[in-house]
Amino acid sequence: MKRIYADNAATTRLSSTALEAMLPYFREQFGNPSSFYREGQQAKSAIEQARIEIAGCIGADYKQITFTSGGSEADNQALLTAAALGRSQGKMHIISTAFEHHAILHPLKALEKEGFRVTLLDVHENGIVDVAELEEAIGEDTCLVSVMFANNEIGTIQPIAEIGAVCRKHGVLFHTDAVQAVGHLEIDVERMCIDMLSASAHKFHGPKGTGFLYARKGIRLRPLIAGGAQEKSKRAGTENVAGIVGMAAALTESNARMCEQNKHIAACRDALIAGLEEIEHCALNGDKEHRLPSNVSFCFEGIEGESLLLLLDDKGICASSGSACTSGSLDPSHVLMAIGRVHDVAHGSLRLTLGEDITKEDVTFIIQAVKEVVERLRSFSPVWRDLCTGKAKHIL
Amino acid sequence: MALYSEKVMDHFRNPRNLGVIEDADGVGEVGNAKCGDIMKMYLKIEDDTIQDVKFETFGCASAIASSSMATELIKGQPVSKAMELTNQAVAEALDGLPDYKLHCSVLAEQAIKSALEDYESKKEKKNNA
Repeated sequence: MKRIYADNAATTRLSSTALEAMLPYFREQFGNPSSFYREGQQAKSAIEQARIEIAGCIGADYKQITFTSGGSEADNQALLTAAALGRSQGKMHIISTAFEHHAILHPLKALEKEGFRVTLLDVHENGIVDVAELEEAIGEDTCLVSVMFANNEIGTIQPIAEIGAVCRKHGVLFHTDAVQAVGHLEIDVERMCIDMLSASAHKFHGPKGTGFLYARKGIRLRPLIAGGAQEKSKRAGTENVAGIVGMAAALTESNARMCEQNKHIAACRDALIAGLEEIEHCALNGDKEHRLPSNVSFCFEGIEGESLLLLLDDKGICASSGSACTSGSLDPSHVLMAIGRVHDVAHGSLRLTLGEDITKEDVTFIIQAVKEVVERLRSFSPVWRDLCTGKAKHIL
Repeated sequence: MALYSEKVMDHFRNPRNLGVIEDADGVGEVGNAKCGDIMKMYLKIEDDTIQDVKFETFGCASAIASSSMATELIKGQPVSKAMELTNQAVAEALDGLPDYKLHCSVLAEQAIKSALEDYESKKEKKNNA
C-alpha cells in the first residue's frame, strides 16, 4: 500500500543532500573538533563552515549561532539566559503566549516558581497574537517577550517583525521559537529585530538531535550543560559534527527551494482545506491566510482524534491529532483550547502537514479517506447521534 | 512494538454488536465528551437472559474495542452473570490494554452495569404497577 506522509510538522525525512554531506563525518573524518591534529581540525572547520552557512540563511553573523541538541534545548537556553539577565536587573516579568510549545511553557512554569511573573497572551480565535495587546502587557520590569514564529499545531504565523519592533522600542529582549518556520519561511533576524531564535534540524529535512540557538551580539548565553569549552563555553560536550554538517546542508537546500516549493505545497494545502470543508460540522483551526504553507488543521464534531488517526493509518495516511488520547493527558491540546475550541470539539482534531513530495492525487485521496473515516466514526458515535437528533446543539 | 494488541485493533476495526436497539429493555450511557469517551449500551433481555446487546461509542480505539469486547462477553449470559463483568475481564479478553488506557475497560464495565441497572429499575416499576 502506498503511504502518504502528512505529518511534516512532527518530523521530516532527511534529505539526500544532507545525508551525503553527513556520511564522511561518521568514519573517514571522525576526528574530535577539539583535537589539534589535522583530523580534529578538519572536523572543526566543518562545523565552522556549517555555522557560516546557517547564519547566512537567517541573516545572522556566524558568531551568533550556538549549536544545541535541538529546538527544546535552544528554547530552554534562551529562556534561562533572559531570565538570568532579567533577575540581575531586577526585571522579573516575562511575556509569552498561551499556545507556545511545551519547551517554552514548562520552563516558564519553573521560572514562575522561582519568582518570575509570567503573562501568557491570548491568541484569539484566529490563533494570532495581537501586537497592541502585547505592547500593552510590556512593563518596566519586563525582561523578555517569547512568541513562536509559527504554531506547530494550527500553523498560524505570528506578526514577528511587528513584535520585534515593539520589543526593540521598549528595550525588551525578544525570543522566537522558530522551529516550525526555519527552512520554510523567510527569516531575517536583523530586519525582524529578533534577539534570540530557536531552530531544530529535523523539521527542515535535517537530522534529529541537532538544532541551534541564534543570539544577537551582546547576549551572553548561559550554558545549560557545563563542562568543556565547546561552543565558546556556551554548550559543553563534543559537537555532533555529522548532525551539524547535515543541518547546514538541509537548511541551505530548503532555503534555496523555499519559494518554489511553498507555491506547490500551499496550492495542495488550499485544495485539501477546500475538500475537507465539504464535510458537515467541521472547522478549520487557525487563520486561513496567515498560516504555514504546509498546515491543515481541522476539528470535526462527534468523533475522537485517535480513532481517526488509526483508521487513516490503515488507509496509508500518516497524520496527527490534538485529542487527549494522543496527547497522553486527560485534556486535549492546549493550542486548541487557546483558540477557544471546547473539549468536545478539540477531541476531534486532525492535523495534516504536507511536504514537498505531496501530489494533487494524494490530496484527492486524503480528502476521500478523511470523509469516509469521519462518516464511519460518526455512524456509531452517541455524541453525533445526540447532535443529529437535536438532543445536543451543534457548535461547528 | 505496536500501541495496541491485535485483538484491540480487530475489535476497533470491526466492532461487534454495533448499533442501537430501538425497544431496548435497558439503556446505559457513561463517560462525557469532555474526557473524550462516551459509551452507550442497549440491552434486549428475555427470561433474565441477555438476548441481544448493541453499543455506540465516541472515543479512542481502546474505548471502541473495550465496548465491543464487553458486549461479546455478556451476550447470551444471564443478567446475574453479566452483573459480575469486571474491567479486568474486558482488558484480559483484549490481550491487555496500555496502562493509561485501562480506564476504557472501566468505562465499558460501567456502561454494561448502567444498562443492567436501568433494566432492573424498569422491571421493578413494571412489577409495582
